[in-house]
Amino acid sequence: MSDVTIETARPSVWRKMRGNTGALIGGTLLAVIILIALLAPLLAPHDPIAQDLSRRLLPPFWHDRAVPEHLLGTDHLGRDYLSRMIYGARVSLGVGLGVILVSGAIGITLGLIAGYFGGWIDMVISFAITTRLSLPIVLVALAAVALGGASLTTLITVLGLLLWDRFAVVTRAAAQSLRHQEFIMGLRSIGASRMRILFLEILPNMRATILVVVSLEVANVILLEAALSFLGLGVRPPTPSWGLMISEGRDNILFDPWLIALPGSALCLLVLAVNLFGDGMRDITGPARK
Amino acid sequence: MTDMMLDIRNLKVSIPTDRGMLNAVRGVDLQIAEGETLCLVGESGCGKSLTATSIMGLLPRYAKVTSDRFDMAGQDLTTKTDAKLAKLRGRDVAMIFQDPTSALNPTLTIGRQLTEGVMRHENLTRKEADVRAIEMLDRVGIANPAARLTQYPHGFSGGQRQRIMIASALMGRPKLLIADEPTTALDVTIQAQILTLLGQLQADLGLSLLLITHDLGVVAAIANDVAVMYAGRIVERAPAADLFAAPRHPYTKGLLAAIPVPGVTARGSALPAIPGRVPGLIGTMAGCAFRDRCTIAGPECAVDPVPRVSAGGAQFIECAKASEVAA
Amino acid sequence: MLSFISKRLLVALLVCLTVSALSFGLMFVSGDPAIAIAGAGGRAEDAEAIRQAYGFDRPLVVQYLDWIGSALTGNLGQSIYFNVPVTEIIGNRAGVTLALGFISFLVALVVAVPLGVAAALRPNGWIDRLALVIAVSGQAIPSFWLGLMAIVVFGVWYGWVPISGADTWQGYILPVIVLSYYAIPELMRITRSGMIDVLATDYVRAAKAKGLPMHLVISRHALRNAVLPLVSLAAVQLGQLLSGSIVIESVFALNGLGRLAWESLLRSDLPVVQAIILILSLLYVLLTMLADILNAVLDPRLRGGS
Repeated sequence: MSDVTIETARPSVWRKMRGNTGALIGGTLLAVIILIALLAPLLAPHDPIAQDLSRRLLPPFWHDRAVPEHLLGTDHLGRDYLSRMIYGARVSLGVGLGVILVSGAIGITLGLIAGYFGGWIDMVISFAITTRLSLPIVLVALAAVALGGASLTTLITVLGLLLWDRFAVVTRAAAQSLRHQEFIMGLRSIGASRMRILFLEILPNMRATILVVVSLEVANVILLEAALSFLGLGVRPPTPSWGLMISEGRDNILFDPWLIALPGSALCLLVLAVNLFGDGMRDITGPARK
Repeated sequence: MTDMMLDIRNLKVSIPTDRGMLNAVRGVDLQIAEGETLCLVGESGCGKSLTATSIMGLLPRYAKVTSDRFDMAGQDLTTKTDAKLAKLRGRDVAMIFQDPTSALNPTLTIGRQLTEGVMRHENLTRKEADVRAIEMLDRVGIANPAARLTQYPHGFSGGQRQRIMIASALMGRPKLLIADEPTTALDVTIQAQILTLLGQLQADLGLSLLLITHDLGVVAAIANDVAVMYAGRIVERAPAADLFAAPRHPYTKGLLAAIPVPGVTARGSALPAIPGRVPGLIGTMAGCAFRDRCTIAGPECAVDPVPRVSAGGAQFIECAKASEVAA
Repeated sequence: MLSFISKRLLVALLVCLTVSALSFGLMFVSGDPAIAIAGAGGRAEDAEAIRQAYGFDRPLVVQYLDWIGSALTGNLGQSIYFNVPVTEIIGNRAGVTLALGFISFLVALVVAVPLGVAAALRPNGWIDRLALVIAVSGQAIPSFWLGLMAIVVFGVWYGWVPISGADTWQGYILPVIVLSYYAIPELMRITRSGMIDVLATDYVRAAKAKGLPMHLVISRHALRNAVLPLVSLAAVQLGQLLSGSIVIESVFALNGLGRLAWESLLRSDLPVVQAIILILSLLYVLLTMLADILNAVLDPRLRGGS
């Protein structure tokens, strides 16, 4: 028995955290949040953008001044915070999903082609990846949104066009290693076309890897959208985005800290759930890690 | 027996795992005389590498290691404090490893790696240590040693790296060298060269050699005595010639029977394999660990302790049916 | 070694050119930059005047070459809002961002590397668990939220630090802590896993087998190899700290490049924005090149030949 056996015999807290325990906790939490987002119209007690200036800045239920119809209080425009929090989940998850679809499509295609065909195609795409990595994305995203318009579609498009790099890098590496495997050479020798091999054989083999990248990138997108909205150049009011809510609550931070504590905690929970789930997936589907 | 270079009785190594205590080494006795070569043989997972590593005291701290007696190079290490063992490492006992690619630090020159041990132990200056390093490199067959001291490991071939590792181990002029699968990662032709080198060095320097391997060919080439290990215990020990000519333990017989012999084994015939699998080592097990796969096992084989039948000197087998297998 | 450097230089140069083109192209995302600059309330004549003044009516390629040409001589254009050279404005504000970025980076390294090493040496020990908590929380907490909460708790409730601004060095304490908290998890993870990998290698076993004391085994054998994967990541992190500080600068009201870029965007002062994007990208390219060179210095295998 070599040292290798010894190392994996001892359970590490990191391994437990990430492996099955992590994936379970993360997955459950994530599922709950997704459900909340999907059932928002049913769950939210009020219209999230309905203002009531006579009821501004009411505190949440644990305060004496709290009011029963507004469990989590109201913001500076009298809008129900609980409803805004619930709908905020929609925004975070919605933008996250939308961006992933775009960036995933771009990145996976580029990575597949670069990894499988190699040669000058690979050189060009790798160069594109390096260039993309050199860009200060927060700034570029800000600039693009500021100049391109305030709609949700623009936001998703811009982020999608910027965040494809990890997809590309990972699928490129996976395609490179798969292309030399014998079953691929076997398929070529019986005359299967390259396109067919690419999409019907290589891509399905990368499912697990791609899933892991998806979960990691979703966390990134959620945080990025929150930051952009916080800076005023992401999701625009009155749409409830947790990042935007933090920015809006900033002025009242001294006396009504829940205005930023609540959406911030929600962001933490969501990102934590996604990270745990993604890490857990990576452990379950990949080689033994520490 | 005080002229033993290495004398260990009842060595046990246990490792805590998710599923319970893994008893990897379950009571091993090893004696090696001065100048002797003992090969410790067994399949993967039998505990031979762990035995070697525990002799050096290099197991992680959560591994439990106990022994009734542990004498090495004339020192009593039974109480086995880390400090005592650490003093001997690199001086009286040295170890070489299986993979020459990873056994040398890629970011240090080989000169540095060769000299750092002795510079500390014997308080040599860099120059004095370099002189000895050049001598060692020459001994192991590296050409132009003086110039190569400042080179990095990646500039050498696999076989050369193995030689450098041997040189490094011998720098402290140890009396006992432990070699953990030293030829497994090498080409067959290089294997032969390394084995010859080891034999030569042993003769020149009067080394005792404990060589771990799963390759019976290596055993045949270099061993004085052979100890066969199965599931954490040594089931047979005999001089090499006797072992190959007349194996006694059923496991040893099974191992040797599986080796095809040109001119003897009929073409196209199936090689006899030992049926079944190695038992899991979690928890304890009563009696002989081989009994589920043994052709001559009987009810007495499930009884602890499995009797050890000596055949003179260090030779013995552990078998309840010793009388039936005596050649 | 030389061919290695020259190849990297060539790629770096090409990347810089591409980035400059992209940055230049950003102006035209909205379609007509003259309209963007004139603003929502601008009239057609204003837009036309702007178009003439800034040469937007010329062919794209000419505009680009003109811009690049001036940039190479150190002229990054004129700020539309302030009507002074862009380089002047940037020069005033660059100091804050650079100070913030570098100090946070150093703090992050000083915390993350020893923590990662210590965690690797005693798996499952309390340091390992602490490291896990830091890693998980650092990656989940939005930095701007952490900044705001820190201001409330430490600036207002406890009054230990000033609430905003960088007039005194105390004004840097919270922003540095928040920024480095963001950078620590990745750095620590790589150190920890690199160290764990290295501690399991045969050459570390061999070093112990030679009888070297543990502190030498770690410093001379383990660390030298464990830091190799750290170098590239550290360069990337520093680049991200420098270019991503906009959020922190906004939270703590620091007058750095990030905040300048944001303000300029809101004012449609596009030349400033272009210049900042260009500079930050160049910085990143420079950093990764330095990391590559450092890697080659530390790892003899990368130098080629023997």
